[in-house]
Amino acid sequence: MNPQLFQLICFYAFGFVTVAAALSVITLKNTVHAVLALVLTFFSAACLWMLIDAEFLALALIVVYVGAVMVLFLFVVMMLDIDQEKMREGFVKFLPVGLIVAAAMLVEMLGLIGVRAMHAQAMGANPATAAGLSNTAWLGQALYTKFLLPFEIAALILTVGVVAAVALTLRTRGDARYESASQQVKVNPRDRVRIVKMAAERPVDETPAPPQESTP
Amino acid sequence: MPTLNDILIMLPEFYLVAAACLLLLLDAFMKPEQRPVLHWLSIAVLLVAIYLLVMGQPPQAVTAFGGMFVRDVTAEILKVFALLTTVLVFVYARPYLIDRKLLSGEFYTLMIFAVIGIMLLVSAGNLLTVYLGLELLSLSSYALVALNRDAKLPSEAAIKYFVLGALASGMLLYGMSMVYGASGMGGTPSLDLAQLHNVMSYTTAPKLLLFGLIFMIVGIGFKLGAAPFHMWIPDVYQGAPTPVTTFIASGSKLAAFGMAFRLLDSGMGDLSHHWQLMLAVLAVLSLAIGNLVAIVQTNLKRMLAYSTISHMGYLLLGLAAAGPEGYAAAMFYAICYALMGVAAFGVMLALTRAGFECEEISDLKGLNQKSPWMAFLMLLAMFSLAGVPPLFGFWAKVLVLEAAIHANMLWLAIVGIVFAIIGLYYYLHVIKVMYFDKPAEGSELQAKPDASLRVVLSLNALSLLALGLYWGPLLGWCRSAFGL
Repeated sequence: MNPQLFQLICFYAFGFVTVAAALSVITLKNTVHAVLALVLTFFSAACLWMLIDAEFLALALIVVYVGAVMVLFLFVVMMLDIDQEKMREGFVKFLPVGLIVAAAMLVEMLGLIGVRAMHAQAMGANPATAAGLSNTAWLGQALYTKFLLPFEIAALILTVGVVAAVALTLRTRGDARYESASQQVKVNPRDRVRIVKMAAERPVDETPAPPQESTP
Repeated sequence: MPTLNDILIMLPEFYLVAAACLLLLLDAFMKPEQRPVLHWLSIAVLLVAIYLLVMGQPPQAVTAFGGMFVRDVTAEILKVFALLTTVLVFVYARPYLIDRKLLSGEFYTLMIFAVIGIMLLVSAGNLLTVYLGLELLSLSSYALVALNRDAKLPSEAAIKYFVLGALASGMLLYGMSMVYGASGMGGTPSLDLAQLHNVMSYTTAPKLLLFGLIFMIVGIGFKLGAAPFHMWIPDVYQGAPTPVTTFIASGSKLAAFGMAFRLLDSGMGDLSHHWQLMLAVLAVLSLAIGNLVAIVQTNLKRMLAYSTISHMGYLLLGLAAAGPEGYAAAMFYAICYALMGVAAFGVMLALTRAGFECEEISDLKGLNQKSPWMAFLMLLAMFSLAGVPPLFGFWAKVLVLEAAIHANMLWLAIVGIVFAIIGLYYYLHVIKVMYFDKPAEGSELQAKPDASLRVVLSLNALSLLALGLYWGPLLGWCRSAFGL
């Protein structure tokens, strides 16, 4: 088959899946299903990127978003107790307004970017192919030379994220109980148990009293 | 390839990053009783950064990392004042943080990271550095607002700030992507602000460019806190710990001015006749909403929040003039507002104690009898915010109004003057409460005995008077940044 035709078919197939999955994200009733549909959206978007030779980004999308972020998200959604009926309240009431706004947005967007942009060559030549490198190697070179400063600032932002996460979560709350291992080890048995020695008492009556040696 | 020269140009920023990381490690390994040293160390770190900035100032504008970073006089002035106001915030914050058991190394390191974000933002030469600098500043600010985790109000404020901030960042990014796309139609796509400057002349999609511009202005409006993107300001100001509010009201506003200047003038300068009118609309709305809603506030922090919105309206008057004179006036205004805001919040910080937030305007009743000096400092701050001559705030207002008139926007200047007069009411109300009301029964208003706070706060508030009487050199410095 003609490779260009094959690429075109792939593009339309994955594009269709992406749009359909994205639509189901916002229309499915079950939130867990919605998250799974979002995974499908990301996956088919990654396939679309693959088609334009952006292999590294496509794989990063799958590894980072599908592999890590969405799994975490799925856990969160599963733990939430969402009242479906309450969420859907007023859906029909607001539907006309929503549709009008959406239609207006669509017309505006088409008017502004649509028709002419479709004929334009949106994508320039692939710089990685031009340089005779693989996509990943070219990306790495660009990141560490031309985009070194933004790359480092992004690293700084991640540092701030870590510091903020620790600052906001690592704290002692008044209403929570903590175990301190070092205090537990250091504890002296004498502080906890008092051994009282007392003379054995002779029972007054015939039945023998239970032996009492220590008090807790 | 980056060279040593690039690093030398960015020396103050690199130094601050290294110092912040060092402080972070020190904090982790220090014993709790040694931690107060961090306070003085952080202040020293920022003062050294100011020294490096002023001493290493190159004779003319230079760029580093292939135009990603611009070091010129505009950036220099904004950075010096951002660092200076942060030093003031550190000095004012200490007693407050100790009282509320919030004094931790993270406060200082997050603040320094936020300042690094400001420094990167105001000298950004590329859409990428604008966005990343902004995110560095915003992320640190969100965390700082939420620092007091055990109280409800700060958590609510932080969530509101975070959600709306993320939305605004998204808008900004969306606009940037459209501008990038428009620059690619009919030429090579570029993120560089200097190259985007004349994109209007060759792009085959001018409408797309305008669309992107509108989205970017939404982002700028949010960061400035200009109406109608001002919703977060009152809640965040009220909910955040007061030192953090002080920082958001001072340093962040300098950064927002820097961002607006870089994006609008450096990047979209060719489209100025389009964005001038948009900024004028934002300015009028901010002036109206800020000044009118401030009148009914009973909480001092909320009142100052609405006053911020109105001040951002004045700042936008200068920006809307879209010329060197307007930019100089707007920058002068941003600096002036930062110093006034820090002074006003500083007095509040000096009057709060453990278990007593000096937040309501009625808390200030009879301040003159209890602590006349603090009342006088607050009077200076309020008169300056209101724009009463001969204080600093008056000259700043005169300059932006003059710039608007010179840019043939007389109607805008008239709106500005009308709202300045309306705004007088709520500033004077605070002064009336301090001087003419009797102290409430059992009121224990008194200033903190912390010596460094008292001395620095006095200098800060008196500088408003000094700069009001002798504003020539500062204005000259601002004008020199724009080649005047």
